[in-house]
Amino acid sequence: MKDKLIAFLFKYGAITLLILIICYFTSVSSFFLTYDNFSDILRSISIVTVLALGVTFTLVVDGFDLSVGSTMSLATVFTASLMVWYDLPLWLVLLLPIIVGVAVGLFNSFLIVVIGIPDLLATLSSMYIVAGLHRTYTEGYSIYNHMPLTSGGTAIGAFSNAFLWIGQGHLLGIPVPVWIMMILVLASYCFLNYTRWGRIFYMTGGNAEAATLSGVKVKKIKCMAYVISGIFASIAGVLFTARVGSGQIDAGAPLLMEAVAAVFVGYSVLGAGKPNALGTFFGAAVIGVLLNGLTIMNLPYYAFDIIKGTVLVLALAVTYMYAKNKSSTNSL
Amino acid sequence: MSEVVLEMKKISKSFGQVMALRDGELVVHKGEIHALLGANGAGKSTLMKILSGVYRQDQGEILVNNEEALFQHPRDAKEKGIFCVYQEVDTAIVPQLTVAENIMLDRFSQEKGWFFSRKELHRQAQEALTLLDVNDMDLNQAASNLSLAKKQLVLIARALVQTTKVIIFDEPTAPLSHREAEKLFHVIRQLRGKGIGCIFITHRLPEVFAIADVVTVMRDGRRISTVPIDQITQEMVIEQMLGEVWHEESKIMHSYKRGEEVLALKNINLGKLQNISLNVYEGEVVGIAGLVGAGKTELAKTIFGNTPAKSGEIMVSGKKVQLKHPKAAIACGITHIPEERRKEGLFINETISKNVTFPQLKKYVRAGFMNRKAERKATEEVISTLQVKTKDAEVEVNHLSGGNQQKIVIGKWLSDEAKIYLFDEPTKGVDIGAKREILKLIQQLAKEGKAILYFSSEIQELLTVCHRVLVMYDGKFVKEFTQEKATKEKILLYASGGKEVNHEGQIDRISI
Repeated sequence: MKDKLIAFLFKYGAITLLILIICYFTSVSSFFLTYDNFSDILRSISIVTVLALGVTFTLVVDGFDLSVGSTMSLATVFTASLMVWYDLPLWLVLLLPIIVGVAVGLFNSFLIVVIGIPDLLATLSSMYIVAGLHRTYTEGYSIYNHMPLTSGGTAIGAFSNAFLWIGQGHLLGIPVPVWIMMILVLASYCFLNYTRWGRIFYMTGGNAEAATLSGVKVKKIKCMAYVISGIFASIAGVLFTARVGSGQIDAGAPLLMEAVAAVFVGYSVLGAGKPNALGTFFGAAVIGVLLNGLTIMNLPYYAFDIIKGTVLVLALAVTYMYAKNKSSTNSL
Repeated sequence: MSEVVLEMKKISKSFGQVMALRDGELVVHKGEIHALLGANGAGKSTLMKILSGVYRQDQGEILVNNEEALFQHPRDAKEKGIFCVYQEVDTAIVPQLTVAENIMLDRFSQEKGWFFSRKELHRQAQEALTLLDVNDMDLNQAASNLSLAKKQLVLIARALVQTTKVIIFDEPTAPLSHREAEKLFHVIRQLRGKGIGCIFITHRLPEVFAIADVVTVMRDGRRISTVPIDQITQEMVIEQMLGEVWHEESKIMHSYKRGEEVLALKNINLGKLQNISLNVYEGEVVGIAGLVGAGKTELAKTIFGNTPAKSGEIMVSGKKVQLKHPKAAIACGITHIPEERRKEGLFINETISKNVTFPQLKKYVRAGFMNRKAERKATEEVISTLQVKTKDAEVEVNHLSGGNQQKIVIGKWLSDEAKIYLFDEPTKGVDIGAKREILKLIQQLAKEGKAILYFSSEIQELLTVCHRVLVMYDGKFVKEFTQEKATKEKILLYASGGKEVNHEGQIDRISI
């Protein structure tokens, strides 16, 4: 009986929780279940979700990328600087930050694959290095339209409307960042679940030794995962800049742990038991809906972390209790 | 005879459907060196793990000093004075601690109180080492600096600071040089003099006759005999170890005519592998015989490109190839069925289908996406050819029995492109029915013209399927037998480091 309950919670727990939360908030607030509010919720989770997708890829190959927050911060100020300081055309403003993300991913892969530092420690180091880089790059200032420069005078450029549309505009009544998030979630889901590469990613994470002995170049796969993670972090950075309309310093730092939490909550979505793109989206959604509802109910913001932590604990408890049950019935 | 210190009676233990021990019996007297012998899978290590409290027996009892003892945890066994010096000494040594601290480690975890005196610690540790006649060890150096042989001494000393009745030596000489082994024997004799019962497990027969007082031979989880060393000969031991279990099984290999050369190794060197050369021909099954630790697995992994050779050449179908990664080996048509199937061969939490199609995923891609239908069809084919017992292709590999898991590992590699098969202990942990099917499958592959290297320490199996057997000892090929000339006794003799002394093909003495 207890085993069955855990198995049920493992499969449908996160979704049941999401439905219960929505029902509860709908009953206490008439504003909660409205189109505007849901559009708000989705927009608020879009950046975290994109960041979390990158983390998902590294967790799939049994790695862990702690540097995504810093990479996002770097991409945020870099994007802003390209517009405000250098007044570059839009396509370069969108392309160059991605290249920065690729570079961070390659640096992480170098530490992990070539030098052999464990994933968590390597990306912890690069988290500091990249965070320091982005502060040094702006000399500690945030970047905004026509800002005064330390070299004297004011910056030549400003954010174009086309760029701000990416973060603030609507398409067919849905915010643009939500479109981008949806497309990336679906693309990641298809890649990981339906393509040959996705299969190789999961197998590498499941048993690197067996994968090697099946002819997979595990180092190459790990490198790919970290580069993808860097790219997603950069996209999150670009979105953030476009959403806020300025290059805020340290934008990504608070989002790192939220992204990681979303991925782990996602483990227990539909009984996957492993990192997965849809789960990551649901994880971000559960946390997003909960915070939105609690805000409507006037819960003070400083109590929010208690809620986030509790959701994470519940999700992890179900995942690991299920794994323990399963392994005890499987062992000889 | 002196008094009995340990008695194990009718011990049985099964893992799932596998009976590892049926009737484990062992009687050890005070001050006796007791050799425990048996082929792989005879149940020696299971019996010893029960004795040291790692496993619990299903049935049977253990008497220490004629009192029944119940071991539920390794700590219980230690409290009764039973210690084990494991083969893998590094798992029991804490490298950062000093020699003295390592010797006294068990004391730390047992004694109450908050503080300990460094002086007292050193005095007791030194005392233990003196008992062993070891006077040249610096108590203050970190254990990580010690050689393997010295680490063993530390573990033995650790047992001596307690009231020890029995010490189990689990293949202690496997990693040692000849001189280090001699020294260890001196220490073991020293222990005998102190009245401690020593259980000595080894695969090297000459050592048994050099040191043991009593020999117990096990086979198929049973005790076959226990006799004083002066009443038994090497030939008798080998006969008892092998038994006649496989007698009804005739040689199932087909006659074969030597085809084209498919694989050639020339002077391969890597780590313990020394100057390995060999040729394998189309349709031929070549057995590589050797005991645990002889270097068979290392050789298989080198051929497969997982641990590329330091020097030497590998030729596939007459062409020199560079095998730096399994990917390159697979491209040359080489496949590898690894020894540690759960660790190296399978994705244990994935479905049969995902495991089977993994090496050739490209075949199942349609318009960029995986074609699940084609995958399932291919998997069902493998399931029916290899007679895997399963509900369907979407069952997790975890739920299959050992034999069926092994079939999946083999099934991964059944394709037209594969020319060379490396089987590393393919029947390990597999029941007798599946074993026979696997051996038949290997014969079938050979008939299709594949070249097969069969690495095994199961000599009877080698005799059953191989056209030719090469014997490995300590990283070198020491002997080659054709199918007609090979016998169990001769292979085991060479694999244990012995040599035939006279020329009539009869063994009368074994020497290293």
